[in-house]
Amino acid sequence: MAKLTVERLKKQFGTSIAVDELTLEVAQGEMVALLGPSGCGKTTTLRMIAGFVAPTSGRMLLGGNDITRVPPHVRETGLVFQSYALFPHMTVAENVGFGLEMRGVSRAQRGPLIAEALGLVRLSHLADRFPKQMSGGQQQRVALARALAISPKLFLLDEPLSNLDAKLRAEVRTEIRSLQQRLGLTTLIVTHDREEALTMADRLVVMEGGRVRQVGSARELYEEPRDAFVAEFVGRCNLLPATREDDERVRTRGGLLLSSRRRADESSSASTLAIRPERIAIEPGHHAEIKGQLEAVTYLGAHTEYQVLLGESERVVVTRPTPVRDDPMLSVRTNDPVSLTWDTEAPRLIPETAKD
Amino acid sequence: MSEEALRGLVSSRSMSRGFPRLGRFIFAECVAGAYLLVFAPVAMIVLISFFAQEIVSFPANGLTLHWYANAWARPEFSRGLLTSVQVAMATTAIGVPLGVAAAIPLVRSRFPAKAGINVLLLAPLALPGVVTGAGIYMMYVAAENVLDTDIKGTMVGLVAAHTMLTIPWTVRLVVASLQGLDEAIEEAAANLGAGPFTVFRRITLPMMRPGIVAAAMFSFIQSFENLDLTLLLVGPGRITLPVAMLNYLEFRMDPTLAAVATAQIVLVGALMLVTDRFVKLSRIV
Ligand SMILES: Nc1ncnc2c1ncn2[C@@H]1O[C@H](COP(=O)(O)OP(=O)(O)O)[C@@H](O)[C@H]1O
Ligand SMILES: [Mg+2]
Repeated sequence: MAKLTVERLKKQFGTSIAVDELTLEVAQGEMVALLGPSGCGKTTTLRMIAGFVAPTSGRMLLGGNDITRVPPHVRETGLVFQSYALFPHMTVAENVGFGLEMRGVSRAQRGPLIAEALGLVRLSHLADRFPKQMSGGQQQRVALARALAISPKLFLLDEPLSNLDAKLRAEVRTEIRSLQQRLGLTTLIVTHDREEALTMADRLVVMEGGRVRQVGSARELYEEPRDAFVAEFVGRCNLLPATREDDERVRTRGGLLLSSRRRADESSSASTLAIRPERIAIEPGHHAEIKGQLEAVTYLGAHTEYQVLLGESERVVVTRPTPVRDDPMLSVRTNDPVSLTWDTEAPRLIPETAKD
Repeated sequence: MSEEALRGLVSSRSMSRGFPRLGRFIFAECVAGAYLLVFAPVAMIVLISFFAQEIVSFPANGLTLHWYANAWARPEFSRGLLTSVQVAMATTAIGVPLGVAAAIPLVRSRFPAKAGINVLLLAPLALPGVVTGAGIYMMYVAAENVLDTDIKGTMVGLVAAHTMLTIPWTVRLVVASLQGLDEAIEEAAANLGAGPFTVFRRITLPMMRPGIVAAAMFSFIQSFENLDLTLLLVGPGRITLPVAMLNYLEFRMDPTLAAVATAQIVLVGALMLVTDRFVKLSRIV
């Protein structure tokens, strides 16, 4: 396993820029997720690292060696394709052994290595099957075993869970993460699913339009998003256009004064008040500072979501554990008056788009 | 469409629900009619080859194997068969690799003339064989003048012409098999350490195999059965079986031809059956 460094990587297709000056690092044994909406350049980045797309500019280092111009078959990355891309005319064992064969490992020596790789994904009993005789989840695990069998320097995963159903997805997610940790795999995973990224990766790289928006741990991105795009992409968030009034308050576009303590790192271009729905407390009546009207209630089982109209036109969403017994919120109906309170440290005034 | 698929279609539940009884009946009749249309002439030829009388008339005066013996005894048929098999084998051996080579860039590369080349490659399919044959004949005459060597009437000239005839088929079949191939599979092999040539040999080629086998069979049959194009290009002593049959027809019209045709049907049928064991033809064509 080796460290990956990507420096100012750029890819242009004709006149459109798919990846723009992307810089990132994956430390040895670390799992990093490239997270972003569809079309933001994640797959292109991954394919440049694997060697299937030639970068327009920039460079890539793997374990200190410049691999920018190295052909794919000598890069020693283990790539798991979104479509799995198993060899249909080979058995599971032949699929898994293919990389070893290419490395000149004799048939006799391949046997135990194939068995070991299949053991990792608990598929030893299906070694003689052909891919089309297996379920999607099983094919996925063969693809994992095949990439791992060559002991790659870098493990690359492109949306590995997107073709699985919800239950299997949670299962394979845990499986990949535990394999990665157990084997100390330096891993880059690409996904548009924030839950996948938040639960699996040590660090996340949020991308949009070919550029990196923010890099950080799940907690950092969720609690200290640099801009409105990141705030919204990593979880539900109330975003209200607002400007700084004084150190303790902001004024929304609708003219409301809301409490929000200024932070040391607050950007001068900050123009959006961001507050997570679960950081807001809601109560019936108009007894607290922020007064509103209940517009809708959505029961979500463990949680209940309230949509509240503030002033003329500004809406915020509040989530809280579903009220039980004699909680006063149980009796609140649509159009009733409600009030909101929040910790003055909870909201952040952030820019629409962070500039570097 | 295969027989099985057709039967499935006729008896499928959605069909019986969606169509009223009469509609279903008419559909079944049409299917039966289509089969009849395809098989009746073949059955007729096979039947006639056993008729005892020389001038074909119904019913048979008796059954005989005389015409088979006659066909076998006539040197033009056995020599024709040999020539046809030789030409068809040479055509297949040359045309299939060329067609495969032509098909790969048509699927995999992007170049400006691609659409045009695609159309040109398929053009011989649309032209009557006589037209193509005349064109090739004139080209050979011109080439003979320049090169000062025989081309028309030679084995080389005939094989070259047949190769031209079969390449569009090969290209079509191989393109179809390549289009169904996920490029990620080849990339996966490269990612695992296979160089470009190894990827082709170990991944691309095996996955194209059904298309290639089908192309080989089609090429062989196309060449083996061709009459119109061949007619203009054969030389003395190099008569192919279909041309020999036509020649025979000019002065005799007894069931010997039916016997030859039956033998030919059996040969081609056997070839198809053998091929079908390797690849399900019904899935490709
Ligand atoms: N081979 C290509 N030719 C032209 N444009 C491409 C090619 N591959 C990707 N793109 C474009 O680059 C952008 C990023 O694509 P991609 O990396 O696949 O995004 P993601 O994986 O994040 O969904 C998209 O706008 C896509 O249309
Ligand atoms: Mg993608």
